Amino acid sequence: MTLEIIGISVLWLFLFLYVIVASIDFGAGFFNAYSAFTNKQHILTNIIQRYLSPVWEVTNVFFVFFFVGIIGFFPQTAFYYGTTLLVPASLALILLAIRGSYYAFATYGARINHRGYIYMYGLSGLLLPASLSPVLAMSEGGFIKMNGSEPYLDYWALFTSPLMWSIVVLSITAVLYISAVFLTWYANKAGDVKATELIRKYALVWAGPAIVTATGIIFELRGHNPEHYSRILDLWWAFAISFLLFIGTVYLIWKKKNYGLAFILLVGQFFTAFFAYGVSHYPYLLYPYLTIYDGFTNESMAIALIIAFIAGLGLLLPSLYLLFRLFLFDKDYVKGKSDYHA
Amino acid sequence: MGFEDTALLSRILTMMTLSFHILYATIGVGVPLMILIAQWVGIKKKDDHYILLARRWARGFVITVAVGVVTGTAIGLQLSLLWPNFMQMAGNVIALPLFMEVFAFFFEAIFLGIYLYTWDRFEDQRKHLLLLIPVALGAAASSVFITMVNSFMNAPQGFDLVNGELINVSPLLAMLSPAVPTKVAHVMSTAFMTSAFVLASIAALRILQGSTHVYHKKALLMTMKLGLVFSIATALIGDFSGKYLAEYQPEKLAAAEWHFETEDEARLILFGVLDGQEPKYAIEIPYALSILAHGLPDAEVTGLNEFPEDEIPPLWIHYLFDTMVTIGMWLAFFSFVYVVAAWRKWPIITKRWFRWLTVATGPLALIAIEAGWWFTEVGRQPWILRGYMKTSEAATTSGQVDLMIILFAGLYFILGIGTIVVLSRMYKRNPVEKELAQRQKADKGGDPE
Repeated sequence: MTLEIIGISVLWLFLFLYVIVASIDFGAGFFNAYSAFTNKQHILTNIIQRYLSPVWEVTNVFFVFFFVGIIGFFPQTAFYYGTTLLVPASLALILLAIRGSYYAFATYGARINHRGYIYMYGLSGLLLPASLSPVLAMSEGGFIKMNGSEPYLDYWALFTSPLMWSIVVLSITAVLYISAVFLTWYANKAGDVKATELIRKYALVWAGPAIVTATGIIFELRGHNPEHYSRILDLWWAFAISFLLFIGTVYLIWKKKNYGLAFILLVGQFFTAFFAYGVSHYPYLLYPYLTIYDGFTNESMAIALIIAFIAGLGLLLPSLYLLFRLFLFDKDYVKGKSDYHA
Repeated sequence: MGFEDTALLSRILTMMTLSFHILYATIGVGVPLMILIAQWVGIKKKDDHYILLARRWARGFVITVAVGVVTGTAIGLQLSLLWPNFMQMAGNVIALPLFMEVFAFFFEAIFLGIYLYTWDRFEDQRKHLLLLIPVALGAAASSVFITMVNSFMNAPQGFDLVNGELINVSPLLAMLSPAVPTKVAHVMSTAFMTSAFVLASIAALRILQGSTHVYHKKALLMTMKLGLVFSIATALIGDFSGKYLAEYQPEKLAAAEWHFETEDEARLILFGVLDGQEPKYAIEIPYALSILAHGLPDAEVTGLNEFPEDEIPPLWIHYLFDTMVTIGMWLAFFSFVYVVAAWRKWPIITKRWFRWLTVATGPLALIAIEAGWWFTEVGRQPWILRGYMKTSEAATTSGQVDLMIILFAGLYFILGIGTIVVLSRMYKRNPVEKELAQRQKADKGGDPE
């Protein structure tokens, strides 16, 4: 295994973890706003405050980890993506600020529960995946172009591209689906029958759109990037496994059985699909300009980063375990029997 | 839009983000230590007031941390968005501490979540206190790592540049540049100092508003003592920073001091205006610059005339330097007077004007932080990576930076106002007197709130 592969695998893994934890966070905010809209707010608000408030900063670090890590391992990405992503990434930052400030101002602080704020917070959960996911479309090539030696983003091509829009739709449906499956399990653990019933419905509603849009993207790619498409077909078995896992999740949720296992199957579904997609993207970071080989940092930096990563992981894994034990697996806390907020 | 223009716009946006973020970052690094000390004193003295102090500080702290996370994410991304050419080069050499900073913050964020949501969960307060140590360590470590990156920009090393190619890269050497010891020490001590004074301001303000509870007096005396300790540390470290600059970035020190001719027995100039190369209306302290630069009154200090014209930082950084130093000196002096007066029970301490001066310490310290960072950043110009890459070569070519400036200005404005409104509302709704009364009731057998 080369250093380049180790580097990109580590980053891809953290991006995957971000996709999962952030989806839970984004979707929960949306469901919360939606139930405020239909006057069922109290059902979800509790769960959101008990689980999301303690962990959202940790969620955010996964994102920071990814973009700092990619500059570290592949500094040339700063040149191509840094220049072209100014506007979309800035918009994403504003949306992240809305979410961060909601936690700070509305849940920890003076409990400003203004409806407008709840709606903004909920909406930002849908707009964020919509503003971040086009980067995946850009990486397929054809949108970032060169003006002499300077890269620029062709907005017209991007906004008229069916591929870009399918990816955006997928990201939104996936966020809602992932979040609903997780929250079904969490609400059930909390013994909140009403909330479980409500979110279980959301999970079933969003399962279909999520799988349909995911499949749609593969066909969009056939026209947009045939090279990538044929590599995806080579990996058909991985996508087939992913699909079976999807069936498993939906079945369990439908039958109201073992929500914990349903969530684990869902993580498996996204893991296989995400990695199969990543492998088929290999070796390009940006079609056709940048591969992981010509964008790679020097050897001594790569080794230093990997050592730092392993040491950091040694520190993080036990801490994360402690965090989840306290807020995810502690029955009294989850059920809201104990409240020890400062 | 020309090349120079995007560089200027990118500088403006970076300046805005950093100036806003640094307030939250400084508090974020310093306040965990203050909470730690208060809770520890509370446990030691078996004094509930200090424990409640720690708890109330923690509540406010979490709000500033959340805003700090948001602005920190912004500056992290903006480095690549606005300075892609710099990051492409720097990524090869200085990515290691940047990467480690994320881990340190990760660690801090995890334990902060745990600490906040586990008050009273443990029978033994000491166990809860233990959870705060990783928070304080993570905060300190992330400031160390990020300051290392800034140090590298000031005194780059750990690589060779041959025909535009980076070779012989040593991530560890790059991380441990000569600027690191003084810069890291200065950032840490000023963070602790500023946090102490900000908390002192709050306590003094509550007393001025008429609250007579002993809780505020305890808080005020403790924070002023801490402020004194760390402002003395800051002054000592500031002296070392002068010697670092004289050795490695003489043009920065010379520009800060309007020192044009290389000479020995150099005088230190405070404030004034510049007429050609001659300062007017300035306070002059003989030999002081030689002492600051080399520790000896007759030492030779390099002047600005030794440097090519296009590599000299703007001369107005003199005022930034003076602002920072004057405030630092004043805070050390004032907190010393305060602590002595409190110890000798001088009545001056209870005078309103004296209280107002106490209230001013926090805002003054924050101004000094801004002046200091502006000084170090503007003082490095025209370089982004001293000696290797100019700021104008590093900027993005994107034409939309101006729009982004408006967007982020709005964001920081709202976040700033929001922080103030939420913090003051939170403490007003639940004043300490009310909370103490509730706790007493709970101790007598009622339900805990």
